[in-house]
Amino acid sequence: MAVSVDKAVAAGPARDRPPRVRRRGGRGRGRSLLEVVLLTVLAVVMLFPVLWMIETSIKENRDVYAIPAEFIGFTVTLDHFKDVFVAGDGGRSALSVAFLNSVVVAGVSTVLATVLGVPAAWAYSRFTLRAKKDQLFFILSTRFMPPVVVVVPIFLMYRQVGLIDTKLGLILIYAAFNVPFTIWMMKGFVDEVPAEYEDAAMLDGYTRLQAFWKFTLPLLVPGIAATAVFALIFSWNEFVFAIFLTSSDSVRTAPPAIAGLIGGTTVDWGLVAAASVVFALPVLVFAYLVRRHLVAGVTLGAVRR
Amino acid sequence: MGTVAVQGLCKSFGKVQALDGVTLDVPDGAFFVVLGPSGAGKTTTLRAIAGLDKLDSGSVHLDGKDATGDAPAARDLAMVFQNYALYPRHTVFENIASPLRARRCSSREIAAAVERMSRLLHIERLLQRRPAQLSGGEMQRVALARALVRSPRAFLMDEPLTNLDLKLRVEMRTELTRIHRSLGATFVYVTNDQVEALSMADQVAVLREGKVQQVGTPTEVYERPANRWVAGFVGSPPISLLACRAEGDRLVGAAGWTLPRPRWATAQDGRALLLGLRAEDLSVEQRGDASLAGELYGLEPLGDRTVVDVRVGTEILKVKARPTVVGTPGERLRVTVDLDRAHLFDADTGLSLSGAGR
Repeated sequence: MAVSVDKAVAAGPARDRPPRVRRRGGRGRGRSLLEVVLLTVLAVVMLFPVLWMIETSIKENRDVYAIPAEFIGFTVTLDHFKDVFVAGDGGRSALSVAFLNSVVVAGVSTVLATVLGVPAAWAYSRFTLRAKKDQLFFILSTRFMPPVVVVVPIFLMYRQVGLIDTKLGLILIYAAFNVPFTIWMMKGFVDEVPAEYEDAAMLDGYTRLQAFWKFTLPLLVPGIAATAVFALIFSWNEFVFAIFLTSSDSVRTAPPAIAGLIGGTTVDWGLVAAASVVFALPVLVFAYLVRRHLVAGVTLGAVRR
Repeated sequence: MGTVAVQGLCKSFGKVQALDGVTLDVPDGAFFVVLGPSGAGKTTTLRAIAGLDKLDSGSVHLDGKDATGDAPAARDLAMVFQNYALYPRHTVFENIASPLRARRCSSREIAAAVERMSRLLHIERLLQRRPAQLSGGEMQRVALARALVRSPRAFLMDEPLTNLDLKLRVEMRTELTRIHRSLGATFVYVTNDQVEALSMADQVAVLREGKVQQVGTPTEVYERPANRWVAGFVGSPPISLLACRAEGDRLVGAAGWTLPRPRWATAQDGRALLLGLRAEDLSVEQRGDASLAGELYGLEPLGDRTVVDVRVGTEILKVKARPTVVGTPGERLRVTVDLDRAHLFDADTGLSLSGAGR
């Protein structure tokens, strides 16, 4: 008796299960098919220019202009990459100088923004300040307009103080744009670290700054990494200020230098593509290294308040 | 030496007045408990002593010297935080060593001191772990060890037992009392648990809405509450308060009852009063003349005793009774009152009227 009851009970759900699973599976497949189609379209649209850039950078010049275009089966060459770094006479090319300038300008401006922005974010998070919200809003408001709006005033001011066509000028303007961003993003991270660690450290006998330095700062490293990468990408990619404020080859950064390759009587598309690949690589590598923190930064640091 | 004296502490957060003229005098070597419900300003008081928050006004004196503006590090105090605030990246060893590292002790001294502390608090096996790998009770011990590892002027403890389960809390209560006695150091201990306050303190300060209600020994606070609010907060089950007024040689309740007026009750006739009766000063057995008629409202068996809720008019009296007591709700009964141990409060001001005459 007992066995048959058990069987009957067990049989009920068992009979029910297959159609339910099929229904669920069918719906799931339908949704994922739509997803796959949309993602494929999106991926093609987004990745095709990248792919084209990479292909062009390793094609010989006659293949670049071939009609119809060759996707595969062209002769692979790395000459364009050599041309990016080495000038025709064997010395350093103007592009390689531009890349070095980009490294210096983006690196120093990011360090500057981080060194100024992180302590500021800590202070805004920890201390009661007069009109704190207004101050934070004011800081954020500097990012409301597109940077290009202030290019002309900045140009005139820079001409007055002799910062035109200097790396320092670019470093300062990039840092100025990155500091508000750093403060806002880092404030979210600092808010997440309990203030009690610093309280405890101060009672242990440390000063407030030592408490911040020894106990809070190490916990902020992931946030700082994410924030710095964002700042670095901004400075690295920046084009408008770079093209307005610099002119000589020894100062120019990579974006205007690459843009300058286009516009002569003949355009060496292979060189343009190779330079672009070299230009894109560092950002990709950095973003990959801190990808987990980037997500944390996007979802946690920036969204809060 | 380790005296802590605060004078007229005021602190507001926006519109909320957290401290409103708090004055406390903690003698050297005392186990001084600041007791109050959440939001009373206990933690703010402790943080003011530690120098973690800026005060609106008031002063902090440590060992008789003005320390009001001093940095926390300069005050030579140790603190245990409610959530322990153990450094998450540091091992237990490094957490405990932190106060010594800040003072640049030699690593030999540090190793010896940490070892001594870990033995005292039975955490030897945990030294290489990180806080995330500890249970609540272990974290609490580590936080305690970090505070105790050096000999500061005074120890500040902010509800250190609140986050522990009941059994551990009782254990740690005994342990803390033992540590206090063996160190002979000054403890300022904040809690909202009146049992902790009564069982551990030499002196209790009861705080409410940023004001000190009463300072005294646990017995004083329990036996002679300064006002109806202290009477209601200290003691479990809470004291029963009945509205009444004095008329000649009688106390007449708002619910219609009368009791003989105690000799010590000096209140003027007709004034609105509250009669405070503790559960243990009431009895459902016939033991004296003074008694109140009521009906049984409910029974709370607590193992060693049963609390009988008796309804008198619209008010509920909590009466302590033997665990064997039985009854059915609605049953009529009389509650004997030990008037010599009763309390009278002014219904308007809440202040005790029973202090002087007793």
